[in-house]
Amino acid sequence: MSVLLALCVMAGLALLLGAVLGFAAIRFRVEDDPLVDKIDAILPQTQCAQCGYPGCRPYATAITNDEADINQCPPGGEDGIRQLADLLGREFKPLNAANGVEKPKRVAVIDEQLCIGCTLCIQACPVDAIVGAAKHMHTVIASECTGCELCIAPCPVDCIDMAPLGDTPASWKWRYPVAMLKVVS
Amino acid sequence: MSRLHAFHGGIHPPEHKAESNGARIVQVPLPPQLVVALNQHIGHGAKPVVAAGDRVAKGQMIGRAEGRVSAAVHAPTSGRVLAVEPRVVAHPSGLAELCVVIEPDGEERWIERQRFDWRNADGPAVLDHLRDLGVVGLGGAVFPSHLKLAGARTLDTLVINGAECEPYITCDDRLMRERADEIGAGIAIVRQLMNARQVKVGIEDNKPEAIEAMRLACGGQDIEVVVVPTLYPSGGAKQLTRLLTGREVPAGVRATDLGVQCFNVGTVQALYRALEHGEPLLSRIVTLTGAVARPGNVEALLGTPLSHLMAFAGVAADVTGHVYGGPMMGFVLPSLEAGLTKSGNCIIARNAELFPPAPPEMPCIRCGTCAEACPAELQPMDLYWFARARQFGRAQERHLFDCIECGACAYVCPSNIRLVDYFRYAKSEIWAAEKSRDAATLARRRHEARQARQERDKRERAERLAARTTPRPAPPPLPEQVTPQEAPAAPAAPTDDDKQARIAAAMARAAARRAGQAGKGEGGDGA
Amino acid sequence: MRTSPFLVQPTPLQIVMLKVAGALLPGIALYAWTFGIGVLVQIALASVTALAVEAGCLKLRGRPLQPFLSDGSALVTAWLLALAVPPLAPWWMVVLATAVAIGLAKHLYGGLGQNTFNPAMVGFAVLIVSFPAQMSRWAAPLGLGMAELGGLAQLGWIFTGQLPAGLAFDAIASATPLDTVRTALGQGQPLAQILAAPIFGDVGGTGSEWIVLGWLVGGVFLWQQKLIPWQLPVGYLGALALTASAFHLADPAHYAGPGFHLATGAAMLGAFFIVTDPVTAPTTPWGRLLYAALAGVLTYLIRVFGSYPDGVAFAVLIMNIATPLIDQLTQPAVFGRKRGKAA
Repeated sequence: MSVLLALCVMAGLALLLGAVLGFAAIRFRVEDDPLVDKIDAILPQTQCAQCGYPGCRPYATAITNDEADINQCPPGGEDGIRQLADLLGREFKPLNAANGVEKPKRVAVIDEQLCIGCTLCIQACPVDAIVGAAKHMHTVIASECTGCELCIAPCPVDCIDMAPLGDTPASWKWRYPVAMLKVVS
Repeated sequence: MSRLHAFHGGIHPPEHKAESNGARIVQVPLPPQLVVALNQHIGHGAKPVVAAGDRVAKGQMIGRAEGRVSAAVHAPTSGRVLAVEPRVVAHPSGLAELCVVIEPDGEERWIERQRFDWRNADGPAVLDHLRDLGVVGLGGAVFPSHLKLAGARTLDTLVINGAECEPYITCDDRLMRERADEIGAGIAIVRQLMNARQVKVGIEDNKPEAIEAMRLACGGQDIEVVVVPTLYPSGGAKQLTRLLTGREVPAGVRATDLGVQCFNVGTVQALYRALEHGEPLLSRIVTLTGAVARPGNVEALLGTPLSHLMAFAGVAADVTGHVYGGPMMGFVLPSLEAGLTKSGNCIIARNAELFPPAPPEMPCIRCGTCAEACPAELQPMDLYWFARARQFGRAQERHLFDCIECGACAYVCPSNIRLVDYFRYAKSEIWAAEKSRDAATLARRRHEARQARQERDKRERAERLAARTTPRPAPPPLPEQVTPQEAPAAPAAPTDDDKQARIAAAMARAAARRAGQAGKGEGGDGA
Repeated sequence: MRTSPFLVQPTPLQIVMLKVAGALLPGIALYAWTFGIGVLVQIALASVTALAVEAGCLKLRGRPLQPFLSDGSALVTAWLLALAVPPLAPWWMVVLATAVAIGLAKHLYGGLGQNTFNPAMVGFAVLIVSFPAQMSRWAAPLGLGMAELGGLAQLGWIFTGQLPAGLAFDAIASATPLDTVRTALGQGQPLAQILAAPIFGDVGGTGSEWIVLGWLVGGVFLWQQKLIPWQLPVGYLGALALTASAFHLADPAHYAGPGFHLATGAAMLGAFFIVTDPVTAPTTPWGRLLYAALAGVLTYLIRVFGSYPDGVAFAVLIMNIATPLIDQLTQPAVFGRKRGKAA
């Protein structure tokens, strides 16, 4: 008899708690971004396709579907991989060299003397950062350029160069302070 | 006598003001060259409006204000523009930035100066005038003054900052002693422009002569000169405002919106010169002190190479470097070749005796001394912990950006932790992350817009094709609705052999031209 | 220095620790005067052990020895621990406790400033859990025991466990006032009768109440030197006294008054030297008050209803766990962001 009672109590408790949890899950649901959006938010949006996918979002989708690893984005660099690892609860791994190397940010510059106005680079640019028209000289809007280098290959006259963005006092960063204490050898 | 509203914390570092506050302000002779930085203020740098070879008159605008937060820059003396090029500027990074290099001709030929009738001009005109005369805050933060004056219909209290709390610096002290009447006139102008109900001038009690001079100059006007106790950082705008009015201005909030605004005495004087005499900001008072032979205050043209100033003061042999600004908030100058900027209130020559090397950093024991000293009422040991662990989000939650980097925490830390370094590091990391996040958002938006457009193009083309192939009587072909940017997309379709041939021809031409250019370049070098 | 501020105030960590050690001196002097030189032997043992273990740990961790050995923090831990063990405890006890305190509670957590728990109290807790019998055998205050041990005899007992011929340890030992009260109450004696015994003085234990005064003097010195915030000792002693008063008022025959609780055991030492350990205590003003007050209440409860001779150590260790939470919950409003103010 007492066994039956205990069973009833336990079952009742389980039902009650389950109901409470279920209610809480609906009532206090936190609207969350889908995983793809979260991954996409970490990716640098250069749309450079170095990861092997046609853009950042396709790569994010591929990561979500476990089709791609997290270490295929050279512009995101080590920092980006670390953030992805944190988000997905995976182990950090160094950048896959097959995808490229991490480089300081650069922007495309068109040598306007050489440009023949072929518009091939305009079609290649994933973020519409190149303006110009057929048979007219093109130019890069530096502030919109992501430095993806996709415009370099199509240029028939090799008039596009990648110019490094140098440090200016405005973009300069204070470095991580170095503590005075050193490890004894 | 109004009540003082003491702020939390604060420290009493040794003052070292007596070395430099005894002598009158002297003029520095013209240097052989002036290096005038185009970005001497918070916000956007000015855009150069002169080129190498131009002759400029004293007070002529050489850089126009660019963007909302900006101010103009002027030729400090008459002469010839030698170059407009990046030069090392007075900045902790030691990086180069666009500067106008001027060779003075010694004539001091002025532009035509005109008194500005600010009483009868409408508000925006006054502000534009101040922007174009390059008036910015001279207390150290160099915030463009016209922005501080903007948007105030009525102000409860106008705070004039003569506290000058940082050790070694005495330029405001001397300015108040010697030019109190001009400051007084400037206060009257600001007061009227901002429609301020009351004016309070805060001066630390270690400057009795300045207090006396300011009381004399402000006599007759309804201005209260309030003596505040000597306590660093009472000269911080937020701290002085709290001290005199009891109002606290948090980070990211315009003081004007809270009915108070704070101007440095030097700024007010510059404002007076700009409006009543039509003189742009061309020079400032600088304290030259530390290990120098003749410590004191000088009036120097902006752009004067700092080496020229230090040579004037006579640098001692054992000097190991120079600090730009005060010993609490200044920075080590990477090079003395930079020109004086509007923010340069003090240059200290350092030697090992005045500034002994820092003792080794020990671990934080959470003693809380820093929290007791913090005038922003932060918990520096926690912020330090977060910054060190690169937990920038947590640091921001604990109001990292309310930190004014006064250095009081690092000063009192028994473990000698360079707390402010960690805060500066964290802040610049956060700013950089924000910048790259903004860039990514922009890129994502543009990429999505492009994809949507390509999608639409494809659909429309398919529809057109479908329309053409249907047996219905063919409608007149639609005029192709394409934007100029899209227009080239169609003709360059790879199926078009004719176009391919044209491109090939162009490539050949370009290659020929490039070869020619290279040859010319080499030839030029050889000649 | 490459970055501002270029000025620093000359009060390095060593001076802070030196002052803490100095503040302990009046109490230590009174201790030695009341109970004999045993306590000095314990302090010496603990100091040597602490420095040795500290050096060993630093070596193992590849840290420089000089700055950390000379910062004095290990010594302060050692002294507090030595003061917490019975003055006539065998030598290996304090050595073991100090090794645990420095090696386990301090260095395993990352060294100075990183430890979650008060190292001295961890060492003490290990002793009291492992050797409860030895830990409750205190020497009787001089003049109260049936027999007395001279300085040399005390040394001999601590190091060899040998007493002079014909003397049993029970003759020189006595339970602490707190233990005496608990045991006697358990046997059903009324409180007033218990407190009339010679071991009890005017407020606390005979002799030991003077030591308590010594701690108080040192504590006030530390407060005057701005080395400890007032919230911690005031919150601790206040809460202890209030709790004791409440129980005393409810049942005076069973519960001793606040004066007794403040003046016995490690209450005063704890209030000024243990609860105030900055590393393991909260840093916000309200957090400190809350932390200390809860530690005070816990001390009382453990003392009166628990089975250990005193409650300070466990109260502090339990509160140490809560420190991060308390800090989190009591963050003070920063400049310009205070609610209720026009800002």
